[in-house]
Amino acid sequence: MIKNYLKVALKVLGRRKFFTFISLFGISITLLVLLLATALLDHVFAAETPEVHADRMLGVYRLMMKGPENTMISQPGYGFLDRYVRPMAKLPSIERIALVTEAQTVVSYLNGRKIQSAMRHADGELWRVLAFDFVEGGPFTTADDENGRRVAVINETTRERFFAGQPAVGKTIEADGQRFQVVGVVRDVPLLRYSSSADLWVPISTAKSSGYKQEWLGHFYALILARRSADLPQIKAEFQAILRGAEKQLPDPKTFKTLTAGADTLFEGAARIFLPGEPVPNPGGQMRAALLVLMLAFMLLPTINLVNINLSRILDRASEIGVRRAFGASSRTLVGQFLIENLVLTLIGAAIGLALAAGVLQAFNASGLIEHAHLQLNFRIFLYGLAIAIFFGIFSGVYPAWRMSKLHPVQALRGRSV
Amino acid sequence: MIHLQQVSKRYRTDRVETTALDNINLDVAKGEFISVMGPSGCGKSTLLNLIGLLDAPTSGNVALDGKAIARYGDRDLAKVRNERLGFIFQQFHLVSDLSVADNVEIPLLYRTMSNKERRKSALAALDRVGLSSRTRHFPTQLSGGQQQRVAIARAIVGRPGILLADEPTGNLDSQMGDEIMSILEDLNANEKTTIVMVTHDPRMAEKTHRVVRLFDGRQVQ
Repeated sequence: MIKNYLKVALKVLGRRKFFTFISLFGISITLLVLLLATALLDHVFAAETPEVHADRMLGVYRLMMKGPENTMISQPGYGFLDRYVRPMAKLPSIERIALVTEAQTVVSYLNGRKIQSAMRHADGELWRVLAFDFVEGGPFTTADDENGRRVAVINETTRERFFAGQPAVGKTIEADGQRFQVVGVVRDVPLLRYSSSADLWVPISTAKSSGYKQEWLGHFYALILARRSADLPQIKAEFQAILRGAEKQLPDPKTFKTLTAGADTLFEGAARIFLPGEPVPNPGGQMRAALLVLMLAFMLLPTINLVNINLSRILDRASEIGVRRAFGASSRTLVGQFLIENLVLTLIGAAIGLALAAGVLQAFNASGLIEHAHLQLNFRIFLYGLAIAIFFGIFSGVYPAWRMSKLHPVQALRGRSV
Repeated sequence: MIHLQQVSKRYRTDRVETTALDNINLDVAKGEFISVMGPSGCGKSTLLNLIGLLDAPTSGNVALDGKAIARYGDRDLAKVRNERLGFIFQQFHLVSDLSVADNVEIPLLYRTMSNKERRKSALAALDRVGLSSRTRHFPTQLSGGQQQRVAIARAIVGRPGILLADEPTGNLDSQMGDEIMSILEDLNANEKTTIVMVTHDPRMAEKTHRVVRLFDGRQVQ
């Protein structure tokens, strides 16, 4: 039976080629955009080098101090993280905690040439929380940080810029008016990996000023590596309990009364940036809901288009519907047949969309629009695309299929659709 | 086999009520070949649609093999149509995108059987109507008479006990019409298929066992 339906489905597509083209165009472009968006989200949030443990990693990325007349939101400061978050490493559910700054642009001068680089200050634990791919040398250690050693880990692009691609370990690099000895070189990290991308990393203790040590608000964040992903909810709850304790010791209690922050996954951390207003308890869930609504809204127009085209095809096929009813097709059977036909159409459109997405991503990666980005269609993305196509096929086929199945056989045989 | 008791069919719109059939009583025995005749608009096709369960009477009862179908739902009606009835239409109503063999298979799609069995039955039905050499052709490649023979093959492929033919020779010339009629007579004589045929042609009607005449929706002698 399915073979017969497939034959009919392909023949129907060939009947009115222009409408078929419009349908396939709409489906493939919709899928293309959704696949590109999914590939981008996957690139930013999926567990990839160096964030290979993203599934069991939390970050404290933002802190809000609020008073009756003042509100300050920023990355946490070293003082807050060192005093309240670092001690959490003793919890049995936590493997280790790293502190690192956001990437800041620093200037270097080499042979009269000005070079701008993104630099982070980090402790020695960073290299054990994140799994950077070292192509030369190794990381600096906690002892290096405690002893204030001026050492640096650089990426391949920086090695190319400063040392013409030659081995760099042991050589000196100047950045932000300071000189550091290169101890390791890592593969480039895509720019959109916002918690780990940089051109060079140096120990926290090499910061020019020590004022950071007392700050509650600053430009640091903490990366918490749990032992198991199942421990994340417990760690989040523990962090909130610590926050309630920290709230009682705010540095300026007359101005600020409450402290708000979250131990967030990568996705939740990004969601907090995009969701306006007061921090919410479940930013990840709200962001997912928002993305889902956006996706459905984006799919609405091509879906309506496809529904209309399918409805117009009822006229063409009224006689066939009447014959099938006469020879024993129930309403349910007809709905199933037409859903299969619509699925065939959407799967063909999806295949075209997938091919287009592969081409666009290849061109995008080659363009260098996002530094070190390598967006790709992997099996997971393919499954997302397939799921979207199936959902699209069913969603846009249900109403026309239902209308077709309700055609009165006598009217249908007379070629009437109403 | 077919029993209609005080069957009426009325169509209502906001302003007008039209009586297509009025108080029809009809019994068709197993193995009978009857024709239904009357002027255009007298209700012949409506009667056929009611017997074929494609429509429901406004009042009265329709029964097949002693079972009243008034309370049957959509799935039950579909099952009866599939297993007990076969239709032959004046316009043939073949699916132009499907080959002859695929068209004939349509009734069997709604039964549980393998693709192999389905194809075997379709080929047997086509052989019965003399179209074994046209199985891969498409309807547009056939003459009117051949198309109607495909339609007959489709109607009999499931071995229904009852065939309902709505002016099966109406779109054919006399020679082709005679060929079609010959096939129907053969089905009735050799396989005891009950046939109810709507026709305008008295020559065709003469070949049947009995003629039922309608006028303005009523049975007349």
